[in-house]
Amino acid sequence: MITFDQVSVQYEDMAEPVLRDVDLTVEEGELCLVVGHTGVGKSTLLGAVNGLVPHFTGGTLYGRVTVDGRDTAGHPPRELADVVGVVGQDPLDGFVTDTVEEELAYAMEQLAIPPATMRKRVEETLDLLGLADLRHRALYELSGGQQQRVAIGSVLTAHPRVLVLDEPTSALDPSAAEEVLSAVTRLVHDLGVTVLIAEHRLERVVQYADRVIHLPGGGLVTTGPGAEVFRTSSIAPPIVELGRAAAWSPLPLSIRDARRKAAPLRTLLGPEPPPPARPGTTTEAAPILVARKITVSYQRVPAVREVDLELHGGCVTALMGRNGSGKSSLLWALQGSGPRASGTVRVGTADGGKPADPRELSAVDARRLVGLVPQTPTDLLYLESVEQELDQADKESFAGGSGSAARTVLDRLAPGIDDATHPRDLSEGQKLALVLAIQLTAAPRVVLLDEPTRGLDYRAKGELIRVVDGLAAEGRAVVISTHDVEFVARAADRVVVMAEGDIVADGPTTEVIVASPVFAPQVAKILAPLPYLTVHQVTRALAEGEEGR
Amino acid sequence: MPSPLTRPPLSASQPDTGGRRLPRTLHPMAWWIWALALATAVSRTNNPLLLFLVIAVLGYVVTARRTEAPWARGFKYYLYLALVVVAIRVVFRAVFATGITPNDHFLFALPRVPTPDWYAGIEIGGPVSLEAVLSAATDGLRIACMLCCIGAANTLANPKRALRVLPGALYELGVAVTVSLSVAPQLVQSVQRVHRARRLRAARTKGLDALRGIVVPVLEDALERSLRLAAAMDSRGYGRAGTATRNSRRITGALMLSGMCGLCAGAYGLLDATAPRILGLPAMAAGAVLCVAGLRLGGRRVTRTTYRPDPWRFDEWAVAGCGVLSAVVLFGNAGFNAAELNPSLYPLSWPTLPPVPAAAILLAGAAGFLSPPPQAPTPPTVTPQRTEAAT
Repeated sequence: MITFDQVSVQYEDMAEPVLRDVDLTVEEGELCLVVGHTGVGKSTLLGAVNGLVPHFTGGTLYGRVTVDGRDTAGHPPRELADVVGVVGQDPLDGFVTDTVEEELAYAMEQLAIPPATMRKRVEETLDLLGLADLRHRALYELSGGQQQRVAIGSVLTAHPRVLVLDEPTSALDPSAAEEVLSAVTRLVHDLGVTVLIAEHRLERVVQYADRVIHLPGGGLVTTGPGAEVFRTSSIAPPIVELGRAAAWSPLPLSIRDARRKAAPLRTLLGPEPPPPARPGTTTEAAPILVARKITVSYQRVPAVREVDLELHGGCVTALMGRNGSGKSSLLWALQGSGPRASGTVRVGTADGGKPADPRELSAVDARRLVGLVPQTPTDLLYLESVEQELDQADKESFAGGSGSAARTVLDRLAPGIDDATHPRDLSEGQKLALVLAIQLTAAPRVVLLDEPTRGLDYRAKGELIRVVDGLAAEGRAVVISTHDVEFVARAADRVVVMAEGDIVADGPTTEVIVASPVFAPQVAKILAPLPYLTVHQVTRALAEGEEGR
Repeated sequence: MPSPLTRPPLSASQPDTGGRRLPRTLHPMAWWIWALALATAVSRTNNPLLLFLVIAVLGYVVTARRTEAPWARGFKYYLYLALVVVAIRVVFRAVFATGITPNDHFLFALPRVPTPDWYAGIEIGGPVSLEAVLSAATDGLRIACMLCCIGAANTLANPKRALRVLPGALYELGVAVTVSLSVAPQLVQSVQRVHRARRLRAARTKGLDALRGIVVPVLEDALERSLRLAAAMDSRGYGRAGTATRNSRRITGALMLSGMCGLCAGAYGLLDATAPRILGLPAMAAGAVLCVAGLRLGGRRVTRTTYRPDPWRFDEWAVAGCGVLSAVVLFGNAGFNAAELNPSLYPLSWPTLPPVPAAAILLAGAAGFLSPPPQAPTPPTVTPQRTEAAT
């Protein structure tokens, strides 16, 4: 269905080709998972399938890519629209019309499909993806999962033989991601659509993949069944790491297979309590931040309802909950910059002074108490180079006296970022580090991170965990809102779950996320009823067991 | 929470269900023809009674047939705009009044600003007469009425659907407008987001520095977003090549250009009584023919279909017809004295309401019940939320 024949892609401004002599064949009806770190050419590979690379992005493509017998050299993306459907990361970016039904029909209108057929296909697609109730709704008022399903539906109506999905679930909460992925697997099984999917959150998709295309870097591509590729791949979901640690063969990729293999491991680990998932940090007894009855409402619709929250120094708190449950509103209200209808926030100062409400202080003083990194960190960046941004941060924080404070912080968070680089050219992880460094120059004791894991790969998430641990070790209180359960299992001491503006669960990570079948990390699901959360815990327990023997 | 016992109060502005007729949206072109015809009729008269009647008719039709969509809530802004137009007109007339005759009714005098000799002829300030104010007000009212006609069309017809009616040759233009319509609100959101985020950095939120801090991220965001949108549209088949050749494109351009020239000359000839006759209707007709030919030729290269095209049925004929009919009556000069349409202010007298033009304008109001009722707004149904499992 898709053939890459000796394909190399070279962009003008890069020394090395992004893809190098790639030979690849994807058969009809296969679901192929594309894995690799950020920047190894996953998007280029996917873009080459429908001719966006190089027709739209520029650069030079050597070799030949054919889809359903059509050479992309002679067919720009628009001429391949009836064969390949492309869905991007943020569905809102791709919407052309404003209601569900019109969006579904858009591609067909371009392909000049007769109105009667269009009517029929729209109805079919509405049913296939469970969108029938939403047909007249405006696209912007749908939830993230619904929007992503509409985006998939809007390319499906053209009856493409190939579906290309570039990180379709990275912005979604676990249940919305589940919704989208089950729709995709249904398409593969019922309609025989060929699917090429790239995803950072491998734990969500590995089990569905027939084949894995691995990009280890340097423009190379290896393919094979998941169980083989993941044996040596540079990135792997927790289930695979556990499989490697326990030397299971073949590697299980679904929770079901892993549980069947895990019985001996569970007896080996035995009833002893597992080693702690996180390095022992000392949580201070007195809270730094005390929030009482926080209410936030937009146009009289409450987003946060009378929430009480206390944050302690040295503790990393994960704030979870589905999209729109009020996580961001709560963080902004705590920082004092966002709206707050009622309630009080009291933040203690480092020198033991009288606790203050950040909202009643000037912006300069408020950020000395509470630092917030917003969901789109780039909103804070507007200068031409990293150096200018750092200088500006020093000026804003009045910390200029002792050399370059922001630079020192940045070097600790993410060493090796060049001064002259334009902030927009940094990777997602580096941008996050830069903005975090800017916020930390004000030395706030409470640090809030709004969805920092979005768009980060496993390596960048590992870095983030290291940074966050460092902040906690300095005695700061850290709050991270996220959808990523695996990240929470490794990074958080405490989990707060929100639903419809209320806190529905609040407690130590182990208790909150193990108890939930939806939120539990893979290791917990495999080893239940043993309360293990991370692969790291398992390897440590095994190592200690060896020593004890 | 509405309990089953309490019924939502029925307000006058609620669209009626239209009896046995199926609710549907009228073809946007029908509303536009109706409104433009009414505006044409308005251009004929200066009679404040007739003008107020037109505004009443517009108000009735808009309240009876508008939907709950965002664009349908804008009629009141057109009314405000109309008031502003009248006010500006009156103020200008009072300030730049060209004097007063002995027969005029003196109202008040503004201080006179002396103008240099070489600037004679235009006086600033001075006495203001009632006649001058009234004539300015009626003039302003006429323009305001035409504005309201356009406003009514914009309120009643979905602008995006109206753009889809554009001939194929203008399709790209239509898409550009549609996309910019949807990008504008996103841009506003993005400005708000960045503005809010600036407080986090304790950066200044006013002044030139702040402007840069807001404009740079917002523009970068908008640029990236539009690139992604362009890629998405491209991969979904937008702009698939038809059968256009370079030659046919050139001919299309030439036809359109000369057609437009013809239309302009024709409009000039029709409106200016001193222009030679040949410039009037003949030039207009020739221009129209050229334009249609150009659009036809240009449309041939586009291969595209429309999902759920709006039908043109009896209701559309009726609505467009009653609008056109009122324009024809006002221009026909039959059954009434043309002087009644533009009552003289010298001597000052109360204008009379000529029955035939009044009936014609009321006839245009029939669109309020001749058109089918609009579709009831789909309530934002609450999607069944899965309960949070983690406790």
